[in-house]
Amino acid sequence: MAALRQEYNQSKIHPQKLLLWVAIGSIIMMFGAFTSAYVVRRAAGNWLEFKLPDIFMVSTAVILASSLTIHLAFSGFKKGKEQQYKGMLIATFVLGLVFVLLQYKGWEALNSMGATFTVNPSSSFIYVISGLHAAHVLGGIGALAVALTHAYVLPYKPTLRRKQRFDLVVHYWHFVDILWVYLMVFFMLQS
Amino acid sequence: MAHVNTVAETLEDKLTQELGYNDHFHEHHHGDKFQSNFLTTYIFSTDHKIIGRQFLITGIFWAFIGAAMSIVFRLQLGFPEADMAWLRPILGKWIMVNEAGIGKLDPEFYYSLVTMHGTILVFFVLTAGLSGTFANLLIPLQIGARDMASPLLNALSYWFFFLAGVVLFISLFLSTGPFSGGWTAYPPLSALPQASDGSGAGMTMWIVAMALFVVSSLLGGVNYITTILNLRTKGMSLWRMPLPMWAIFVTAILGVLSFPVLLSGVLLLMFDRSMGTSFYLSEIVVGGEILDRIGGSPILFQHLFWFLGHPEVYIIILPAMGIVSEVLSVHSRKPIFGYTAMVYSILAIGFLAFIVWAHHMFMAGVNPFISNFFVIFTLIIAVPSAVKVFNWIGTIYGSNFRFTSASLFGVGFVSMFISGGLTGIFLGNSAIDIALHDTYFVVAHFHIVMGVAAFFGMFAGVYHWFPKMFSRYMNETLGKIHFWGTLVGAYAIFWPMHYTGMAGVPRRYYDGGASFDAFRHFEDLNRFITVAAIFVFFLQALFIVNFFYSIFSGKKLTVKNPWGANSLEWTTPIKPGHGNWPGNIPTVQRWAYDYGKGGEEFIPQYVPLKEGEHDLGEGH
Repeated sequence: MAALRQEYNQSKIHPQKLLLWVAIGSIIMMFGAFTSAYVVRRAAGNWLEFKLPDIFMVSTAVILASSLTIHLAFSGFKKGKEQQYKGMLIATFVLGLVFVLLQYKGWEALNSMGATFTVNPSSSFIYVISGLHAAHVLGGIGALAVALTHAYVLPYKPTLRRKQRFDLVVHYWHFVDILWVYLMVFFMLQS
Repeated sequence: MAHVNTVAETLEDKLTQELGYNDHFHEHHHGDKFQSNFLTTYIFSTDHKIIGRQFLITGIFWAFIGAAMSIVFRLQLGFPEADMAWLRPILGKWIMVNEAGIGKLDPEFYYSLVTMHGTILVFFVLTAGLSGTFANLLIPLQIGARDMASPLLNALSYWFFFLAGVVLFISLFLSTGPFSGGWTAYPPLSALPQASDGSGAGMTMWIVAMALFVVSSLLGGVNYITTILNLRTKGMSLWRMPLPMWAIFVTAILGVLSFPVLLSGVLLLMFDRSMGTSFYLSEIVVGGEILDRIGGSPILFQHLFWFLGHPEVYIIILPAMGIVSEVLSVHSRKPIFGYTAMVYSILAIGFLAFIVWAHHMFMAGVNPFISNFFVIFTLIIAVPSAVKVFNWIGTIYGSNFRFTSASLFGVGFVSMFISGGLTGIFLGNSAIDIALHDTYFVVAHFHIVMGVAAFFGMFAGVYHWFPKMFSRYMNETLGKIHFWGTLVGAYAIFWPMHYTGMAGVPRRYYDGGASFDAFRHFEDLNRFITVAAIFVFFLQALFIVNFFYSIFSGKKLTVKNPWGANSLEWTTPIKPGHGNWPGNIPTVQRWAYDYGKGGEEFIPQYVPLKEGEHDLGEGH
């Protein structure tokens, strides 16, 4: 809908970006529901207390690093530094995969310390919330894969359209990063 | 597509050429390749006008199924002794026939019918069928856009809804029956497959259908919000938008913020059902077997459910309110009374929707002190609701009212909304709710205020915008008979329920409470309700026949603007093509409600303000 986008002077924000923001609001409500359910359920008692495995700290560091790399990739793309753009994009993609892998290791660690999926809602919540977050990260990795094919298959050309599309990926990726930081802080304050 | 911008025949054409906005849309011809054959034009279309009609016709299909179900259980309630063996060809083994040849409705299936009736009507008809239809049809047409922000997501929204319908439809034919634990799906009935027949495969399919439905609503909602915020034509400021746009905008925000919460709740339910977690289950015994689930809370599900569930009733009623505001103003030939107050009351209702959910749970063990908070905010909703009612009445008061099917249904909506809204004040009080909860008083309240009222809003919209949808008129005589019959019939069904409810007759009972001596004298009233329900059900045939007959053979539309309305949808051609306007998009110069101003009967939105003239929309 190229024509739709042109010159609409109502608002400077690109419709697809606004769409993404609204969708992000929607995702926030879903995780808000989970974390408030967690708080309500915890207040009701019969709650198994345990310490979150340290591996989740490592995964937090990894996803934070990936936000930095995608930022560098985007600025490389805009400034015409093709090497930085491509290299940092790959780094982000790899860090994203490592994050999901580390989450999996974290679930294994939880399981081996007795906080299994079904033993008590306190641990069930951790699996469900972090699992659903990982699903959203996987969606982001899918978007990164598209961005990667753009970077390597298409000739480097920082057109407006490609910049807008890449911008959407960057936005979403920063969002899943911040979402995880929120969840991590939430878990740490609660336990 | 031919370029029409050559000869300006009317003032409208002239203004659209001079002031209109050329977005070079038709230079690209990208619309045509998507509409090259029957399949891409009518089935897998990405055109918002087709998608709107798809939602409407699918909604009509589901309304028929849902209403037919209510007739079956109303027969059971009104005539518990009657022989139902004649229904065996349709309902099969759900009619149990004894040795004497007397057929009885399976009690288990009675609950399935009630559950499915609620699910279908609330979600499939009054959410998807109502806001899906009018959001899709009206948003681009009324704000002056070529299509939605993302036509693809829009089409996906319909197809996810379609898929949800397919899954739910298949569940009707399961040998264990569809889900039977009530449309609210409270655990433990919904969380334990062994709890009842319907809690097995029927519930699994219910969850899948709901998940698909949530996806559909979210795809639609993000699209509606983005389109309204981002694609308005030049001059269409927010304060110049027709009221259906405001209503649909706030509806979409409610949906986008509350449906994810339902999804969270349902996901946890899924884990409880199939993975052995105990989010909602605690110390449960089923069929003598003690389960090892501990630590869960069924109230938690109720919180998550009603956090969606309450905004959901406004998701249903707000679009109807928007439609009625427009229809009443156009057919009164008067500006809408209190436009600004209308907008603020929509916003207030939208805000309050999120902080009243626990009034559905007064009797579920919620702390009574917390209940106070919810009582107060619930009662405050009466204020914006009353503002709206006052303004509708102010709009039609002293007007040169045109009695058309659309405007009659608009007035009917106001009547229903008042009648049902007043009983809401009773139920919003937690003290009175002790006596009234789970009785027919509640059934009467919500059927009138959001069931019948929303249907009336929908009918008003269909009769009003039918010429825009199908370039033909519906038959007015049939429409008026349809209106009067439905109005009288609907009150005949639901008014008596207030009395039975106040006497304490519980809802959801297979025998309608007849096994209690105290309620036996309501037999006649129950029979009367059932007869009225059957009458109203068959009366809707008038609408169905009128609707489908008029699509193909109704009176042809010969003018662009049959009602003399101001909003932009009536500036599109009689049969609007892809992109809605053949040439420029008209620009907006004024608000949508200049009726009877300065000696003119109506002044469309594209007409520039005269010197010294004051725009009533933005000038508040």
